[in-house]
Amino acid sequence: MENDILLEVKNLCTYFSTEKGKLRAVDHISFSVKEKEIVGIVGESGCGKSVTAESIMRLLDEKNLVSYEGEILYKGNNLLSLKKNEMQEVRGKEIAMIFQDPMTSLNPVYTIGNQIVEGILTHQKISKKEAKQKAIDLLRFTEIPSPEKRFDQYPHELSGGMRQRVMIALALACNPKLLIADEPTTALDVTTQSQILDLLNKLKDELNMSTIMITHDLGVVAELCSRVIVMYLGQIIEIANVEDIFDSAQHPYTEGLLNSIPHIDGDRSKKLNVIQGTVPTLDKVPVGCNFAGRCQYATDKCREVEPELKEVMDNHFVKCWNYELIRKTNKEENEIATPY
Amino acid sequence: MINYVFKRILSVIPVLLIVAVVVFSITYLTPGDPARVILGADATETEVIELQEKMGLNDSPIEQFTRWFGNLLQGDLGDSYFMNKSVMAAFADHFMPTLSLALMAQLIAILIALPLGIFAAVRRGSVLDQTVMGISLIGISVPSFLLALILVLIFSVNLGLLPVAGYQPLTAGLDMHLRYLLMPAVALGAMQAALITRMTRSAMLEVFNNNYIKTAHSKGVKEKKVLFKHALRNAALPILTVIGQTFGVLITGAAVVETVFNIPGIGQLIINSVERRDFPVIQGVVLLISITYVLLNLIIDLLYGVLDPRIRLDKK
Repeated sequence: MENDILLEVKNLCTYFSTEKGKLRAVDHISFSVKEKEIVGIVGESGCGKSVTAESIMRLLDEKNLVSYEGEILYKGNNLLSLKKNEMQEVRGKEIAMIFQDPMTSLNPVYTIGNQIVEGILTHQKISKKEAKQKAIDLLRFTEIPSPEKRFDQYPHELSGGMRQRVMIALALACNPKLLIADEPTTALDVTTQSQILDLLNKLKDELNMSTIMITHDLGVVAELCSRVIVMYLGQIIEIANVEDIFDSAQHPYTEGLLNSIPHIDGDRSKKLNVIQGTVPTLDKVPVGCNFAGRCQYATDKCREVEPELKEVMDNHFVKCWNYELIRKTNKEENEIATPY
Repeated sequence: MINYVFKRILSVIPVLLIVAVVVFSITYLTPGDPARVILGADATETEVIELQEKMGLNDSPIEQFTRWFGNLLQGDLGDSYFMNKSVMAAFADHFMPTLSLALMAQLIAILIALPLGIFAAVRRGSVLDQTVMGISLIGISVPSFLLALILVLIFSVNLGLLPVAGYQPLTAGLDMHLRYLLMPAVALGAMQAALITRMTRSAMLEVFNNNYIKTAHSKGVKEKKVLFKHALRNAALPILTVIGQTFGVLITGAAVVETVFNIPGIGQLIINSVERRDFPVIQGVVLLISITYVLLNLIIDLLYGVLDPRIRLDKK
């Protein structure tokens, strides 16, 4: 069982040095991704999802005054202890990433083909001609119509959905084992969204890839993921299999997320449930449980002592003092309807 | 691309027409009768009237403009009142030193500014970045004549390395040519260098924030390649704009430096002509400089198209 773990994140902390001092954007998170598994990371904006992803890729090195703690073990090697050039070998070749906004993720002054070929040639010693053929094959694999023609086109000549397919082709260029998809469908319209999700599913089945799916859309999670990680303010507050999240969410925040999904068959005059308040900024992280300020179940204990992430059921971890109480209330309320 | 080039070239024509009209009206906007200016204070009234008649100054402005413009289209800008030669010839004589000076100043500016700007952007916030930015601020603030005098003081008066002033044409040998132009070019180019450095830095910083830079990193592309292939090409447009504009300023604004170093360039020609009210020369030189400016901008526009497919392929 342990052997098929591809990526293991242990106690990862990511800090940014800012004018307000050193901020902890990711706070002691631990999780693992198995081979051929699609893991979802969900949470509101600013909860540390993207920072987690970019920490794994070490993309933050390039930009900010950033420091890490903990370990990111990829096939047993700690990525955080790799040198810059060693990390460049991992990027694209072992772990690839696609981003939220396909409109701006491709370089506007180079052709699609140029950018995919560049990715291929960065890691593979093959001729330009072979690389071009491979790029066209990749475009075809991602179901882009007339790939030979697209090869010579510029990003601005393609639609958003097409560009996201190009991004996926780019990510697949060197057969990575792990794909990190950072909100890949958020900027797309609904029909395009589902096509892209189908494509991501195909990657798992046909290429045996693992995927970390970062999203705030629980619909995407339901459709794609086998396991879900819920994050709040830099911390993991719940990890469970996807059915368990939808059937028996334990954390009040997860419950809130689920309740805030509108139902087509619901009473439209009724107001949608929302989680009160907003995510506090990183320089104002509360003592005790991070969510206590917005939690309807919060007690004095919650506001003083931080709960541990603990296994409450088989493979179901929750970071909450009151999960039993919540489970009970939910049962009494005749359980929350699952939307999917 | 052909479409784009064609459209850009077409768009130059109305601009040049407007320039021609404005330039022509200089004669009417400035006080003083050309005939009287040519003949001097001692001329009799009959002589003045005779000359006015001969020069066609009594014709209507429209008639005069048509005549002037007709000649212009044939490349004839008229003759100087004072220098026994045509305006074209006078311009040609004085243009080479100015062009040489401007090119050299621009070259020095670009060679200094591009690497410094890129470097400052990559190491933003570092001591080096702050030093470069500080120096460039000084570069923008110090007037060129002051810098020229300081350079003369150091390199000519104290060290005796370079000539104090003067000009040698290219025909006198490249090394002589460069020896005389080096200090003027540095004095003239310093401000451009400062401007281009700052623009390069800010353009690069803006590009760094773009997602495609993150994409390039996520592909495992080497740092240098990300910088020069992905970032610089995108930052090139604003940098190019500044270079183009400053080159125009170099050509027109060299007058001060030309005066300090006694270089017989366009600046001197203009100053002398204005002092003598040599209207054909003023008109001709202003027109030719405007044309240079417009053509320069045209070249920059065309380069935009080369660099950025979104401009080149725009169908609108």
